[in-house]
Amino acid sequence: MDNAKEIFREEAYELLEELSSTLLELEQQPDDLDLVGKAFRALHTIKGSGAMFGFDELAGFVHDIETVFDRIRDGGLQVTKKIIDLTLASCDVIKSMVSPDGEGFNAELQKQISEQFALMAEEKADTGDEESSPEEGTENAESEKPLTTHRIRFRPEKDLFLSGTNPLLLLNELRDLGDCSITGQTDEIPPFAEMDPENCYTYWDIIITTDRGMAAIKDVFIFIEDGCNLEIDTIKPETEDGAESKKLGEILVERGDVTPQTLDHALGAQKKIGEVLVETGTVGVGIVASALAEQEHVKRVQGERKQFEVSSSIRVAAGKVDTLVDLVGEMVTVQARLTQTAAREKNPELTMIAEEVERLTAELRDNTMSIRMLPIGTTFSKFKRVVRDLSAELGKDVALITEGAETELDKTVIERLGDPLMHLIRNCIDHGIEPPEAREAAGKPRQGTIYLSASHSGAHVVIQIDDDGAGMNTEAIRGRAIERDLIKPDAVLSDKEIFELVFAPGFSTAQKVTSVSGRGVGMDVVRQNIDALRGTIDISSDKSKGTTVTLKLPLTLAIIDGLLVQVASSYYVLPLSIVEECIELSREDIEEMHGKQVAKVRGELVPYVCLREHFSLDGSRPSLEQIAICELDDQRVGFVVDSVIGGHQTVIKNLGKMYRNIDGLSGATILGDGTVALILDPGKLAQQVEQQVAVA
Amino acid sequence: MAKTIMTVDDSTSVRQMVKFTLSGAGYDVVEAVDGRDALAKLQNTHVDMMITDLNMPNLDGIGLIRAVRSDTSHKFMPIIMLTTESQDTKKQDGKAAGATGWIVKPFKPEQLLGVLKKVLG
Repeated sequence: MDNAKEIFREEAYELLEELSSTLLELEQQPDDLDLVGKAFRALHTIKGSGAMFGFDELAGFVHDIETVFDRIRDGGLQVTKKIIDLTLASCDVIKSMVSPDGEGFNAELQKQISEQFALMAEEKADTGDEESSPEEGTENAESEKPLTTHRIRFRPEKDLFLSGTNPLLLLNELRDLGDCSITGQTDEIPPFAEMDPENCYTYWDIIITTDRGMAAIKDVFIFIEDGCNLEIDTIKPETEDGAESKKLGEILVERGDVTPQTLDHALGAQKKIGEVLVETGTVGVGIVASALAEQEHVKRVQGERKQFEVSSSIRVAAGKVDTLVDLVGEMVTVQARLTQTAAREKNPELTMIAEEVERLTAELRDNTMSIRMLPIGTTFSKFKRVVRDLSAELGKDVALITEGAETELDKTVIERLGDPLMHLIRNCIDHGIEPPEAREAAGKPRQGTIYLSASHSGAHVVIQIDDDGAGMNTEAIRGRAIERDLIKPDAVLSDKEIFELVFAPGFSTAQKVTSVSGRGVGMDVVRQNIDALRGTIDISSDKSKGTTVTLKLPLTLAIIDGLLVQVASSYYVLPLSIVEECIELSREDIEEMHGKQVAKVRGELVPYVCLREHFSLDGSRPSLEQIAICELDDQRVGFVVDSVIGGHQTVIKNLGKMYRNIDGLSGATILGDGTVALILDPGKLAQQVEQQVAVA
Repeated sequence: MAKTIMTVDDSTSVRQMVKFTLSGAGYDVVEAVDGRDALAKLQNTHVDMMITDLNMPNLDGIGLIRAVRSDTSHKFMPIIMLTTESQDTKKQDGKAAGATGWIVKPFKPEQLLGVLKKVLG
């Protein structure tokens, strides 16, 4: 820009030379308007350029002189000796103002001249029109303004194109201002034969929501404000949030496209109002389309506003939420008591209240639980770093791909899942993924991949850790297990059973202990952790293709829907999410199967566990029992109980220290009358029974 | 392809300023010192838009706009005139002659680019 300033300076000197000589000529021929024009042009250029190059003071000074010459040109003033003298004097002032170091600048003189000219310029100042530049207007409009919606009908004159104006650019400019719905109206385009292709026949209806205000909208059209017909109205915001959007008819009347009488008439026709108005030829299709666009736009904008309000969030201390969950738990227990009492009293009014409370409690429970839900992604992102660091340390090339990071889980579950997951991923990198050279030799890409995914499945979340590594060596595991006396050398085991062995305490097949794994304090701890979360862990592996570890975790640890059953005088709860159906078991059924613990369900054999026998409860089995059939992984298992009481909102309480590690029980809950019911873990129970049978 | 803009002004500094701003924004700039020069250069140069001063020797801005508009190949070309606040009547004349818009002198580079976006896209 300094270079540009230098150019301006030279130019200014030239212009001042020219101005001086013009003034001297003018002194001789004061009536020569050409000379006045010349002087004016010189002053005008000095002012205009000066301001652009930062000589604001100069521009202000020249402005009044210029005005005087403008008035002389218009015949409003006569050239006098005084004007010539003053202007010549100002030439020197201007020169000094332009010079780089302000050499010879006389502020006093400048002020005097300025005052003199201002006086002359002001004599008839009413003709001096102060027009602001369009851009200034825009700048003013930048200040914060509330969002308002405007309805604009932009109808350009037919010869719009002849001024080089592209209306589409103006519409684009409008779009920059805010959310816009634009409808082009084509009903005025004449038949082809009568059409002049150089004319503009289209007009536009625009609905815009902007915070820039009316002035900014008008600025868009400033160049053609007298070359078009522009109507801008503000659409009043709906007073109440819940108020229904304006009806199509109302919009049309507001726009003046339809009279209220026509509207009433059309409304009488019992059809879609828009169709009626078009059919009767009252308005064009385009007009209705644009009114509909307005309706849509306003609805959308309001929706967005509401959405914005809804999506705002607050941060709450986790402790408060925990307390809330505890309270809801208590509430659920009390509600159960109320329901029970109401049932006993057989008082319809009380029953009604109890039912109401039950419904509300269930809703309250669900809402409270959802507050505790967090996306699992927070844990996932942590692993990216681990994988990166660890693979570098071990000289392997491993990529981690995650999926389902948005899957939500109870906060406590997520917190307690971190360590087991970390361990499993370390295992993948250390044992699973081979070094790059070995991978290449096996025809795999150098880079190994660990695939970590989470997804919902009923009341559970399934987390899978998948690697494309070497897979688990069943022979090695078997050998190690025999070495450690876990199995007999001649034992025949399925792959699944072999994989189970790695969960044995202290088990490791690693040749040497690394910093990462091999000490054997691994998978057993992982299993313990997952068990504590009432989840299951499952391994499947293909030699040389990779290993998949699947974790199945309950959504929440606090309150579940349960099925309350009774055996003898004890109550038990089965997690309702896995109960498929309840069927009757009669003496005849048992005899039919010759005492085998198998029931025939629609032609299919389902093994069952008799809870009375399993828990060694007193008393004899009733003649008609119930089987609750549960879906466990890939098979169905029945649990025989005396009677099924029904659904029960189960607040899970942990068992005391002594009982915490009993297999087959995952906790306890308190019933309405204060009785304690144990919560069963059907998967574990079935496994236990299976083992007992195998031993026997 | 970069669009070509012609700046017509008898003031070197204004032309410099316009050229500096527009080249910076990626436009090609052609300079003309007055209306006559502009018309001559239009004959053999492709120009997408014109920015012209109004007060110029030989052929002034209004005359230039009229001449450009009467030439069919430039009938719809955007033309921006540079005016000053004291020239409202000139502005009206310019619009009547077929100018697309105007910029009030003095202007800042951002204002120039804003107007360019408005008429040239």
